[in-house]
Amino acid sequence: MPTTAPSAPPARALADVTASDSTLRRFLHGLPGVDAVGLEARAASLGTRSIKTTAKAYAIDLAISMVDLTTLEGADTPGKVRALGAKAVHPDPTDRTTPTTAAVCVYPDMVAVAKEAVAGSGVKVASVATAFPAGRAALDVKLADVRDAVAAGADEIDMVIDRGAFLAGKYMKVYDEIVAVKEACGTSARLKVIFETGELSTYDNIRRASWLGMLAGADFIKTSTGKVAVNATPANTLLMLEAVRDFRAQTGVQVGVKPAGGIRTSKDAIKFLVLVNETVGEDWLDNHWFRFGASSLLNDLLMQRQKLATGRYSGPDYVTVD
Amino acid sequence: MTIEKRSSAFEYAPAPESRSIVDIAPSYGLFIDGEFAEAADGKVFKTVSPSTEEVLSEVAQAGQADVDRAVQAARRAFAKWSALPGAERAKYLFRIARIIQERSRELAVLETLDNGKPIKETRDADLPLVAAHFFYYAGWADKLDHAGFGPAPKPLGVAGQVIPWNFPLLMLAWKIAPALATGNTVVLKPAETTPLSALFFADVCRQAGLPKGVVNILPGYGDAGAALVAHPDVNKVAFTGSTAVGKEIARTVAGTHKKLTLELGGKGANIVFDDAPIDQAVEGIVNGIFFNQGQVCCAGSRLLVQESIHDELLDSLKRRLSTLRLGDPLDKNTDIGAINSAEQLARITALAERGEAEGAERWSPACELPSSGYWFAPTLFTNVTQAHTIARDEIFGPVLSVLTFRTPDEAVAKANNTPYGLSAGIWTEKGSRILAVANKLRAGVIWSNTFNKFDPTSPFGGYKESGFGREGGRHGLEAYLDV
Amino acid sequence: MSDKTDKTEPRLSVFKTYKLYVGGKFPRSESGRVYEVTDSKGNWLANVPLSSRKDARDAVVAARKAFGAWSGATAYNRGQILYRVAEMLEGRREQFVREVADAEGLSKAKAAAVVDAAVDRWVWYAGWTDKIAQVVGGGNPVAGPFFNLSSPEPTGVVAVLAPQESSFLGLVSVIAPVIATGNTAVVIASEKSPLPALSLGEVLATSDLPGGVVNVLSGRTAEIAAPLAAHQDVNAIDLAGADEALAKELEIAAADNLKRVLRPQPVDFFATPGIDRMTAFLETKTVWHPTGSLGASGSSY
Repeated sequence: MPTTAPSAPPARALADVTASDSTLRRFLHGLPGVDAVGLEARAASLGTRSIKTTAKAYAIDLAISMVDLTTLEGADTPGKVRALGAKAVHPDPTDRTTPTTAAVCVYPDMVAVAKEAVAGSGVKVASVATAFPAGRAALDVKLADVRDAVAAGADEIDMVIDRGAFLAGKYMKVYDEIVAVKEACGTSARLKVIFETGELSTYDNIRRASWLGMLAGADFIKTSTGKVAVNATPANTLLMLEAVRDFRAQTGVQVGVKPAGGIRTSKDAIKFLVLVNETVGEDWLDNHWFRFGASSLLNDLLMQRQKLATGRYSGPDYVTVD
Repeated sequence: MTIEKRSSAFEYAPAPESRSIVDIAPSYGLFIDGEFAEAADGKVFKTVSPSTEEVLSEVAQAGQADVDRAVQAARRAFAKWSALPGAERAKYLFRIARIIQERSRELAVLETLDNGKPIKETRDADLPLVAAHFFYYAGWADKLDHAGFGPAPKPLGVAGQVIPWNFPLLMLAWKIAPALATGNTVVLKPAETTPLSALFFADVCRQAGLPKGVVNILPGYGDAGAALVAHPDVNKVAFTGSTAVGKEIARTVAGTHKKLTLELGGKGANIVFDDAPIDQAVEGIVNGIFFNQGQVCCAGSRLLVQESIHDELLDSLKRRLSTLRLGDPLDKNTDIGAINSAEQLARITALAERGEAEGAERWSPACELPSSGYWFAPTLFTNVTQAHTIARDEIFGPVLSVLTFRTPDEAVAKANNTPYGLSAGIWTEKGSRILAVANKLRAGVIWSNTFNKFDPTSPFGGYKESGFGREGGRHGLEAYLDV
Repeated sequence: MSDKTDKTEPRLSVFKTYKLYVGGKFPRSESGRVYEVTDSKGNWLANVPLSSRKDARDAVVAARKAFGAWSGATAYNRGQILYRVAEMLEGRREQFVREVADAEGLSKAKAAAVVDAAVDRWVWYAGWTDKIAQVVGGGNPVAGPFFNLSSPEPTGVVAVLAPQESSFLGLVSVIAPVIATGNTAVVIASEKSPLPALSLGEVLATSDLPGGVVNVLSGRTAEIAAPLAAHQDVNAIDLAGADEALAKELEIAAADNLKRVLRPQPVDFFATPGIDRMTAFLETKTVWHPTGSLGASGSSY
């Protein structure tokens, strides 16, 4: 059964692990290794599942409901964010049965605008923080960034980990930072921890980062910022799903997963849902536990939804631009 | 709008591959000397779809007279075929490879219908490997001087080939491609439960313009296979099948000049060390024993797991087995198809019952079996020791025996403690251990951190009672050359 | 005193008791039986052990016991030991020339040519031990992210029926390829002319060859070969010394555990051999290992 993550670092069963830098290192390096070829082969084989008719209709609506509709540009304006909010609430203006997206995801200074735009709809406002996307700032600055976003009403905070510290083997530093950010989130905001898997480079690192993030109290673990060359892939998402599955088995605490960046088509999204279904099962098939960080994905999902409803292929003029 | 959560997980609607792509005739003849013909004695047999028990077609049943005729046709064709420049033989084989690629969906559906295995496998494994095998050996036909068997190695003559039902078209490719590339002509007997893809292959030969008599296909039973193997004008015998029949064939060809290669049974050990990449190991174990419903000679049918991770691994394995989808083999989402025949199902059932009777603990995921056809749920046995029948006899079905070990020495000793020696798997993140263990295992094919991988360039075949000779790669040429 | 010997009387020579060579030791047949061996003109040469099924059984046990270490030895080490056999043989050249001349009715010169060729054959195979794997093994370019390597491995215990006529060069020509690649052997000497084979045992015993790698039995070929062909712990059989009828019978028996069978064939033992006698008793082991990309970011979607 899903359980809600408590606000404190959850893993009482694993409390000893974070006692010191060396215990943490030993634990993370003692996790089972990942064979890259096998992992990718499994992800690819699940990608050959054929999702048809009613299953497809269900999957598309489920995927829409899981989208964190995102704009993270230097050029973002209140107008752009309001448009995004409107789209999150009514993804398809011609069909009010279309589910809302899970959230809109914006920079901290746009949280207030976004909050207003989705008010009363149930759509959450997520904000990237902690000197997104590089994360290269002093901890105080990162925490201030988080507090700003939370104060402006953010329901969710998407933080980036210090990849430099992680790659330098300073796991405790990464851990402490996540704990501090979690604290800054308070009880109102859920914390998504972004690893930037493309920069961690190896699957072993991704598994270690996943455990590190969960030990530190992440509510969600998230692949990427969308700002580097390789973002979410079926393989790294499968690996993170295995991590949350194993973490719950050991601690009883359920953690969500958010692949972000690079998922552009309905076909892609459905493949990810298949990964969820076959790796962690129905407990995660819900936007409280699984999200897509995406922007262009939504329109493709909407076009597919129209195709299923009408039997003819839709086109970009029949869905809204943000 | 919010999404109503479904009571059961994200269900997949049926996604059947279309059957209309394949046109199965109500009856088929033997393929001798480029023509389809009735059996001399007029006998026929029915081939059924194992998933529905529906009769697919009625097929001529070869007997001694037909074997004679086919061997004569192959002998007549041999002089010309073997004298062709290698480059010309190569082009015929390239044509065959291409036509198989073009018709691969049709052949995949046909194979799934006749064999019962999932379309996912025929589409993604069998057919691509069949085409690749012809393509690979095509390239050898004009390069035999460079194969390491001396200058201008000679073909043997007429090859009598008997293949099993588990990978009908792939086993045909493994037999026919190297035989033709080296200049032999062939008479091939497919298994009685899966004759159709070989007969469709006859049509591929026709489309490719292959000279008549170079390939002859004789559907039939064991008696036809025995007659072919014993035929005095056959120069080469190649057999894939059970060890018991392999021994009988070895006795038959004793004292003759026939060259013999045998690819027989196995009881492959899949060894999982405590430092294994565990999620991939679970996939490898599943693939190792449930690929093609475990009806695979190189299946990893004995799981040897280090005792320290036994419980954890078994939990993961059981969880994974619960996600396997058993059912209509034509459905693209089916993982486990039908057992090939009632006879095979009876054998699997009897051995599984024996496992229980001998005290091993049986487990299967909740799994509804279709009401018609031949089905067997994926099955695990724990508390198995080397002394159990299910740890020693080849079951050739979706049944995994789980044993434990404490040290690498013990793992190797148990893995080798079998008259078979076809395949083995090793799962560990420690490179030196992989090499050390692989070195000590007495098996022809070893997969480390993977399982059931095949490639036309990679030699395949067994030690000990798993047979002799290799198929695939440069090594595979030797079986068809007079060297 | 009468201890003065007559100077015209030739010195009475010391006969050698010919014994089997099993497990590095020189036992008599457990049966206590011997048979008479004569030269080509029918003159008595020696009484040699008439081996029984139990001797064959013991030899298989010795060969199996030796297999692990011998097959696990480095190829370089095996090569040095085979070369050492040539060295030891060279030193005993005269003895073997005499034995071969007696056994095969050859002139001294012809017998010397046989012995020289036999010594050279050991040298030839000594050089093969660390090359055969490169010639018959290698990497396979599979269509996937895998490192795939095929290597030859010795098949195990090989029963060898030494040629009946070529009692020494033929013998060496069938033993050397079997052990060069790491197999161990149970050898049945030429029935009529077993003395060179039994003497070879003495050479092998002093050549750093571990006991049990080669085991030499003398006696009735058909009697000893039958239990070896049927033995479940023998992996292969070389039928060089069997006639057509015996070869067929043994091949049928060998099918019980699917032994690798090398059928008798005409061989010119003076010619440089090919590699067939080595490959006949080699298995090919193919190992797959995933390679994949260096980092997770290398994967594409």
